Amino acid sequence: MSRTTASAHERSTATPSPDRTKPSTLRIAVARTILETRIYFRERDSVVFSFLFPVVLLGLFATVFGGGETVFGEATGGGVDFARYFLPGMVAAGIMLVSFQTLAIGIAVERDEGTLKRLRGTPMPPAAYFLGKVGMVLLTGLAQVALLLAVAAVAFDVPLPGDAGSWLRFAWVYLLGTAAGTVLGLAYSSVPSSARSASAVVLAPVLILQFISGVFFVFNDLPSWLQNVASVFPLKWLAQGMRSVFLPDRLEPMEVSGSWQLAPTALILSVWLVAGLLLCARTFRWGRKGDS
Amino acid sequence: MITTTSQAVRVRGLRKAYGDVTAVDALDLDVDHGEVVALLGPNGAGKTTTVEILEGYRHRDSGEVGVLGADPGRPEPGWRDRIGIVLQTSGGLDELTVDELVRHFRVYYPAPRDPDEVIAAVGLESKRRARARHLSGGQRRRLDVALGILGSPDLLFLDEPTTGFDPEARREFWSLISSLADGGTTIILTTHYLDEAEQLADRVGIITAGHILAMDSPARIGGRDRDDVVVRWLDEGEPHSATTDRPTALVTDLAARFGGEVPGLSVDRPTLEDVYLRLIGHDTRPDTQHDTGTGGHVDERPDDRSDGPTLEATR
Ligand SMILES: Nc1ncnc2c1ncn2[C@@H]1O[C@H](COP(=O)(O)OP(=O)(O)OP(=O)(O)O)[C@@H](O)[C@H]1O
Ligand SMILES: [Mg+2]
Repeated sequence: MSRTTASAHERSTATPSPDRTKPSTLRIAVARTILETRIYFRERDSVVFSFLFPVVLLGLFATVFGGGETVFGEATGGGVDFARYFLPGMVAAGIMLVSFQTLAIGIAVERDEGTLKRLRGTPMPPAAYFLGKVGMVLLTGLAQVALLLAVAAVAFDVPLPGDAGSWLRFAWVYLLGTAAGTVLGLAYSSVPSSARSASAVVLAPVLILQFISGVFFVFNDLPSWLQNVASVFPLKWLAQGMRSVFLPDRLEPMEVSGSWQLAPTALILSVWLVAGLLLCARTFRWGRKGDS
Repeated sequence: MITTTSQAVRVRGLRKAYGDVTAVDALDLDVDHGEVVALLGPNGAGKTTTVEILEGYRHRDSGEVGVLGADPGRPEPGWRDRIGIVLQTSGGLDELTVDELVRHFRVYYPAPRDPDEVIAAVGLESKRRARARHLSGGQRRRLDVALGILGSPDLLFLDEPTTGFDPEARREFWSLISSLADGGTTIILTTHYLDEAEQLADRVGIITAGHILAMDSPARIGGRDRDDVVVRWLDEGEPHSATTDRPTALVTDLAARFGGEVPGLSVDRPTLEDVYLRLIGHDTRPDTQHDTGTGGHVDERPDDRSDGPTLEATR
């Protein structure tokens, strides 16, 4: 028998390392966050279609509609240019892509390919898996927002808020939106029946929501019944919350309701967050349908 | 080793159906600590279903199951620390390298093996930096095995672990498994390679239609030790053979006749494959006459059942 075999024989009978302490859930969660983030940036699809997509769109909108035109120019005495108007929408869309879309597709694929099943067969605590996803979403999401804001400020001269109050508001809208997107992504990952259908099943609603939630269009331009439909879903509120951060206060009266509606935003995002958590707890599966 | 139960695995009357397909039917199984048990059986016999119930992946319809003293349907904390699993099919994790995966999975276990030793043990040293996506089928399977043994489990499940291994890799895998068994690991493996079962297993169980048909050591299963034996020798260059249930007497006779060494002597028991095929109902043990040429001394072997289909479904 070959040399490698002999050495394999000697080595594998060696006693395992002495520390028999159980690794903590937190330590595993950190390891998973690093691993998940590494995987995210190694997959070209996720980098292009969730990480860079809002940045590219912002550049596109700003360039196509640029040339001195403004939004709400007459009504507010000056208005804002397109880059500035669309930035909050892109931030909101980015949050949804990085949390909801990435997780819904990614976990559907992990389930179909058997990654989840493999993990379930190890002592990895389920909580560490979910925390790893949350960590990955936060890391990639913050990097994306930083890039988006930097591009907006440097390439398109978008003024960013300078007061602490606006950034505090940004923080809670961002965190609440990301949390809701994350748990809803976890829950929605059970909808696609296979890895092959996952992209289509996830991208369709994501795209529709972007169209009706004031991400691609000025929300006021939509027919009111569509505005009502959009108001059921979190993206509309997330985009509106981001507008309250990045648009000057003189644009507040231009909102359909005439206000930034911060309290209803917090409430509706929280309701989605709780609903998503309940849904996850009831429906999350580690195997494919009919596997057990 | 904190368990005090007498057996690593104890199964009584296990039953599992999918719709009208009964995958596992009144199955009993006992595996002692430190034992290596191989489960053989045709495709769809219920091997994977049984093993995955023991692993806690699938629910059972009825029956008692104890694995390391716990019910895998309701595992105790720490139960998974002691179990290693190589699934029949497992994909995913394509974008990570061998090194990254082995080092990452280590974090899950309280007493993992050394990652370099595990990678060496499965022969993937030269592929450490290769992403799983770029591994060949057999290399990927070796990675599965590496992740399965990483936690230094007390009980290791291997569902067709060597599918896609080249012959040398299979030999190396066998010696790895033997060394794990020598170290006290209890091992339950399924395989379609009878030589593998014969090489590795203390006992083999043959499953058909969700039921264990026979379970014994590879040398004795299905009465193999008492079965007729084929003795072959050369007489003036001519091949001769005889089928007998008393080979020692025949060989003594022959030795006397030749006055010492019997030229070209061989004594063959039915192979595990012969026994396996007979037990599952396809006796295709080759007729000894075909091997002997003409003019030999031949005891005709009763040709009980040679009606097996000529085209066996194979994987
Ligand atoms: N998830 C499932 N849903 C429905 N039927 C199933 C499922 N899993 C297994 N079966 C059925 O149960 C029977 C046993 O399947 P199992 O996978 O246990 O066989 P096996 O002995 O492992 O076969 P192989 O050697 O091909 O791996 C088969 O008839 C199979 O079709
Ligand atoms: Mg199987």
